[in-house]
Amino acid sequence: MKLTLRIWRQDGPRDKGKFVAYPVDDVAEDMSFLEMLDVLNERLTLKGERPVAFDSDCREGICGACGFMVSGVAHGPQKLTTACQLFMRHFKDGETVVVEPFRARALPVLKDLIIDRSALDAIVQAGGFISARTGSAPEANAMLIAKPVADRSMDAAACIGCGACIAACPNASAMLFTAAKVSHLGLLPQGQPERRQRALRMVAKMNELGFGGCSNHGECEAACPKGISIDFIARLNRDYLSGSLFEKPEPLSSV
Amino acid sequence: MQLNSKVPNGPIQGKWDKHRFDMKLVNPANKRRYKVIIVGTGLAGASAGASLAQMGYEVDCFCFQDSARRAHSIAAQGGINAAKNYQNDGDSVYRLFYDTVKGGDFRAREANVYRLAEISASIIDQCVALGVPFAREYSGYLANRSFGGTQVSRTFYARGQTGQQLLLGAYSALSREVALGRAKVNSRSEMVDLVVHGGRARGIIVRDLVTGELTAHSADAVVLATGGYSNVFYLSTNAKGCNATAIWRAHRKGALFANPCFTQIHPTCIPVAGEHQSKLTLMSESLRNDGRIWVPKKKGDTRPAAQIPEAERDYYLERKYPAFGNLVPRDVASRNAKEVCDGGRGVGPGGLGVYLDFAEAIGRLGENVIRERYGNLFEMYDRITAEDPYRQPMRIYPAIHYAMGGLWVDYNLMSNLEGLHVIGEANFSDHGANRLGASALMQGLADGYFVLPYTIGDTLARMSPADRLKPDHPAFTEALDEAKERGRRLLGINGKRTVDSFHRELGKLLWDNCGMARSKESLTEALARIPQIREEFWANVKVPGGASELNQSLEQAGRVADFMELSELLCRDALTREESCGGHFRVEHQTEEGEAQRDDANFSHAAAWEFTGADTAPILHKEPLEFEYVHPAQRSYK
Repeated sequence: MKLTLRIWRQDGPRDKGKFVAYPVDDVAEDMSFLEMLDVLNERLTLKGERPVAFDSDCREGICGACGFMVSGVAHGPQKLTTACQLFMRHFKDGETVVVEPFRARALPVLKDLIIDRSALDAIVQAGGFISARTGSAPEANAMLIAKPVADRSMDAAACIGCGACIAACPNASAMLFTAAKVSHLGLLPQGQPERRQRALRMVAKMNELGFGGCSNHGECEAACPKGISIDFIARLNRDYLSGSLFEKPEPLSSV
Repeated sequence: MQLNSKVPNGPIQGKWDKHRFDMKLVNPANKRRYKVIIVGTGLAGASAGASLAQMGYEVDCFCFQDSARRAHSIAAQGGINAAKNYQNDGDSVYRLFYDTVKGGDFRAREANVYRLAEISASIIDQCVALGVPFAREYSGYLANRSFGGTQVSRTFYARGQTGQQLLLGAYSALSREVALGRAKVNSRSEMVDLVVHGGRARGIIVRDLVTGELTAHSADAVVLATGGYSNVFYLSTNAKGCNATAIWRAHRKGALFANPCFTQIHPTCIPVAGEHQSKLTLMSESLRNDGRIWVPKKKGDTRPAAQIPEAERDYYLERKYPAFGNLVPRDVASRNAKEVCDGGRGVGPGGLGVYLDFAEAIGRLGENVIRERYGNLFEMYDRITAEDPYRQPMRIYPAIHYAMGGLWVDYNLMSNLEGLHVIGEANFSDHGANRLGASALMQGLADGYFVLPYTIGDTLARMSPADRLKPDHPAFTEALDEAKERGRRLLGINGKRTVDSFHRELGKLLWDNCGMARSKESLTEALARIPQIREEFWANVKVPGGASELNQSLEQAGRVADFMELSELLCRDALTREESCGGHFRVEHQTEEGEAQRDDANFSHAAAWEFTGADTAPILHKEPLEFEYVHPAQRSYK
């Protein structure tokens, strides 16, 4: 099939950027979206033009490296699917497809479709962990965890940190990302001692980095390739509220 | 050069304990004065980074991805082995040790494997403490499943995303150390060279992938945790970015490369769809627990699977290996798939596929149970192929998946270069000639959480932080100049072919001539062809853009240039090893029944190669392997 791609081209973080149209004539149905971009890039290279820069790694939908807006939708039209697992059979011959980076003030564009997501690492560093020194762990089966609780925790832990939720949110809020981590750890007995501090620290960091607030649009859940539920935001709010009421934010300590 | 494995004396059960006592310790107050560089943030690198930082060392981590959390360990699906014996099915440390040595076709170092089995149980404890949401039974206890090549259930898993959850656990532990200022993570940073001075690793040269800037980093020890080199085959199950540059650059600087021909082919991958294919997708081996593998009995039978009656199907693994059936180890399953396809009985486009059928399991257990076990894998398959595995059998075909070979290391996981440690898939590892399912995650975390943190202390205690070189030492400035020159050269060729076209050509040559079956003829042909491809690459590659910018073509060009050299060593090693073992199958060496035939009298050794130049023959050093406990025998899964 034939497609027209309108791709966002931006040389560097300070460049203004613009859309450029590229006709692609021989798209096969069993190509992934990224494979189609590979083919385009091979041609651009041979023509002496600069190939389109985009992030990708595992191409199995698990590493979270890829992601951009496909005609206005994060990761494209197929539900529960990352850009790398989006196959061209979902497009129509003759269609024009607009490809642009995830946009949020806290996730600036580095080049073309590549964005800087180090803010997400910073949120995890603020508290998205359980402090368990290597070697100090008790016997794994000494602590029982009911299956539904473990399953729920796993549902939240499935987040791949791609940033689609932020790109989809009109406020560019990182609430779903943060809530997923807070819920994954907060649901488990191991995560209880630091539960409230975790919520306080991660939310404070999120605000500091320039992410917006949550106003319950629900776009994040709709865009999430892993189907992370917006219910987890309620859990985050609860942990944050109880943290605010009963504890003071404390600095992280190595002991 | 004399290879000293430094395996401690005494009975195997006590070696690690004794060694931990014998090793020197670094005074707690002195630890912060030592700096350790870790390259790669997968399971091995992240767990080592977190553990070393907790101990008090200054840790500097580097990864080429935009976040440490994206390292390729994340894609591991099936699970992680541990000798917990929770299922009361007769598992033990000794049995895990035995299975791993046998599964590796008697080409691994016994003492290392025993240590790995010993540590395995602590890994599960540590991961649970960090919040890894392993699968649970309704009782609240941890669940297990069985995995290819073993007869006990010792595999722990988190749905089909075990690697992701284990990596996020290690990443979160490392993130905490970053917040405490004890570790640094430099993302989008690629190691382009190792700096060696006076026979010791002194640091690395790094390219900032955003600005293109090259910088020198000095340390008291360098740890490579950069994964495997399967992408030398172009199409593999590895992530697109996986590369061999770090270990190859270290090899060029003197580190020995061991057993490069031991590459693993995974039997259950989605077959190639077309020329545009950029990588292959693995379907977890756990599927073989419930799926039955078959092909039509008749050659060239193109009827849809549903129209082929039971009597006309050949469940060839169940037929040939009644004891293990569909659960035979990966090398055996892969080779048999190739054999039936070569015999004209393959299914799907091009006849390069076999069926993995769940109809019987769905009938016996119900669709819900199958969905619970493999739902995400079935969805993934459906998404890629537009075929529904609940209604029709999956089509699978083997693909390159894992590299058992890697840099040679001693019992302390240190290479022959003082101060250069290699952990995880990057070393020549504990898997011999074939890795068992769910053992890679175990090895990566064992190395990172529980082996390296002790053994590196022994190295560091013997040196003084005062001897650390300054980053402006001539050893660093020379390496910086070399790296700059190499980039300039690649950009200056301005030829007529893309980097990927060379990579594809190289990969296809390797797959055809040094893949599932290898012969003297095919290897000799590859060894003649590779230097020609390499020469054309350096004369005719086109790398657009400049050095001082985000330039993915340049990144890839550097990696492919290193693959060109590595592929030659891989073929040379395969040609020199005149036997079949594990993933290395030489057609000249097989039993009457077509099984791999080892030659223990002549090849019971690790082949460690020394680099002498891109155009000169490498020198082979042999580390003899002795089997005191598990006696080599013809592997039988019948």
